Amino acid sequence: MLAQVTSPPVQTPDVVWSALTPLMTLAVGAILLIMFRSIVKRMPAEFDAAITTAIGPATVLGMWIVGGLVGNDVPLADLRDDVSEPVFYIGLIAVLVLSAGFVRSMRIGFDAAFTVGVGLVSFVATVVLWQQHFRPADLSEADLLAGANPGGGPIAAFGTQYGLDGFALVFGGLIALAVVSSALLFDGYLRRERLEGAEMYVLLMLSAAGGLVMVGANDLIVLFLGLETLSIAVYVMAAMHSRRTEALEAGLKYFVLGAFSSAFLLYGMAMVYGATGSLNLLEIRAYLEATILIDDAMLLIGFGMLLVGLGFKVAAVPFHAWTPDVYQGAPTPVVAFMASAVKAAGFAALVRVFYLSFIGFAEDWQPVIYALAVATLLLGSLLAIVQRDAKRMLAYSSISHAGFILVGVQAATGRGVASVVFYAAAYTFLVIGSFGVLTVVSGEGDRATSLDDLNGLNRRNPALAFAFTIFLLGQAGVPLTTGFVAKFEVIGAAVDARSFWLAIIAMIAAVVSAFLYLRIVLSMYLGSADEEAEPISVNPAAAVAIVAALLLTIGFGVVPGPIDQLANDAILAFTG
Amino acid sequence: MEVSTDWYLVLSAVLFAIGAVGLLIRRNPLVMFMCVELMLNAVNITFVAIGTELNDVSGQIAVFFVLVVAAVEVVVGLALVVAINRRRQGATADDISVLRG
Repeated sequence: MLAQVTSPPVQTPDVVWSALTPLMTLAVGAILLIMFRSIVKRMPAEFDAAITTAIGPATVLGMWIVGGLVGNDVPLADLRDDVSEPVFYIGLIAVLVLSAGFVRSMRIGFDAAFTVGVGLVSFVATVVLWQQHFRPADLSEADLLAGANPGGGPIAAFGTQYGLDGFALVFGGLIALAVVSSALLFDGYLRRERLEGAEMYVLLMLSAAGGLVMVGANDLIVLFLGLETLSIAVYVMAAMHSRRTEALEAGLKYFVLGAFSSAFLLYGMAMVYGATGSLNLLEIRAYLEATILIDDAMLLIGFGMLLVGLGFKVAAVPFHAWTPDVYQGAPTPVVAFMASAVKAAGFAALVRVFYLSFIGFAEDWQPVIYALAVATLLLGSLLAIVQRDAKRMLAYSSISHAGFILVGVQAATGRGVASVVFYAAAYTFLVIGSFGVLTVVSGEGDRATSLDDLNGLNRRNPALAFAFTIFLLGQAGVPLTTGFVAKFEVIGAAVDARSFWLAIIAMIAAVVSAFLYLRIVLSMYLGSADEEAEPISVNPAAAVAIVAALLLTIGFGVVPGPIDQLANDAILAFTG
Repeated sequence: MEVSTDWYLVLSAVLFAIGAVGLLIRRNPLVMFMCVELMLNAVNITFVAIGTELNDVSGQIAVFFVLVVAAVEVVVGLALVVAINRRRQGATADDISVLRG
């Protein structure tokens, strides 16, 4: 038997290291941090303050160097030529000094500062990669001759197994920013809960590295490995607050259902492999385009299983049962990361698999996603109304947001993918802001998370009440926030694809959840807080995260053009 | 009677179903982990069977990755069970139900 198997010669894949930078930054950062912390457990206070302050300039220099390595040029060379060299370098030194002062004024811990730095460097790497390869709008004749890809096609980073295209870069950038803001939220939270230690940050970076693998995967097994790296780190993060029974319970539930869904996903991959003879998304596509399947039952079972597995990850009804329990029990900043980065990565994988490989079978999977979207929209918004706990309520509202993104996914058009990208980008910052406010409000031990605790928040801290109002209005889809444009885009995509009933259901769901959000806003301003309720103070790091999310929500809500352009460029990998 | 690839596919489907049903009806966290392992190994049988049928090596390679992931998952799962048992002896999945609503 063995003699019959002829093994093909092993080919070493071409590795394009520059395209791996965003991923490697996060992974190497995590390894360095855990190695450093396992040698140096406790640092003298002055030394700690000194190296924490040094993280600021180190981050700026890191961004500059990584930008140069990825872009094969001195970064900001145009600016340098404009303002002359001495002025430019003096300016750079001034920025370094300012960044040190900024870190010092934030009073942030070393681990958090390090993670924020790594996240920023990773984000800059995605931006530079984007500028290098995916600016189809303003490519000149010379660029095209020099080999720039007008379609924004994938950079094959690791053979054909892993490649970054515009779509992957946008989601990679979102995940990197989610790391930055989650680390800012963690800092105050971990100190308040007396959980100081580097583990949470290491897991955060590892999980994000898994997410980056996932968004760029061109192979089902690579996708699975990325998904597991992402998920396993988050299972541990959910249960990290081991003194709280709720956190342990959330961790166990998330773990069991997550493992269950991964098994389904994997079985779906095996079925697709059986039907097409390949695990590579591009080869599967080529095979399906060239062949007419006589019996496609195996492929359809594969679709179903893949949808079950990914449906669990993005919390689509009927695979949503874990979401409320996990969101309620897990530490609030971890939930911010779960709802932003994990959900975005899940949708990136869903779109990648179904649009890159199975677009020819759109008539087969569209109705299923249609049904999932209807159930998710309605159940998410209706069940959110009856909740008494703010985190549980936001969990159901995140389910309903997943429904909106599925509305974009089911369109199976370029506009559909663009709306998914836009919605994911908008929702990332809305949800980080919302859970950021809850992190601060809930107080020690995450006790005060019921909706009654939000009563009269305006009197305890007007700025927080204002920020939460904006985030809730954004989630409700009120104009002049990103939430409105995002909802407009997905519903527009559904109408374009002639799914009128789905568009109507989405609008009804938006109205139902708007009622809920407005009720909370009213209780924050008109409700009366307990007499003994103290004013809430916000630590500077969390404030930076919340304010940044707020500015992005309002800024891109008023001027949605740039993100819209980004979303439309990102989808060229699928359409162009 | 010749044992064809279909037999292996049926076997793996049956094992996968046993694992899935077991996970849903058993209440001991350890047995639930075993059921997850059963599901993952059922998938491994599918991969190997199809890989042999297609004379393609990537099915076999996939099994190695799945084995690694399964091992990692069990490590995390057992750590969670130990942490829960420290707070509460002999807890079953029904006892772990503070969160509901």
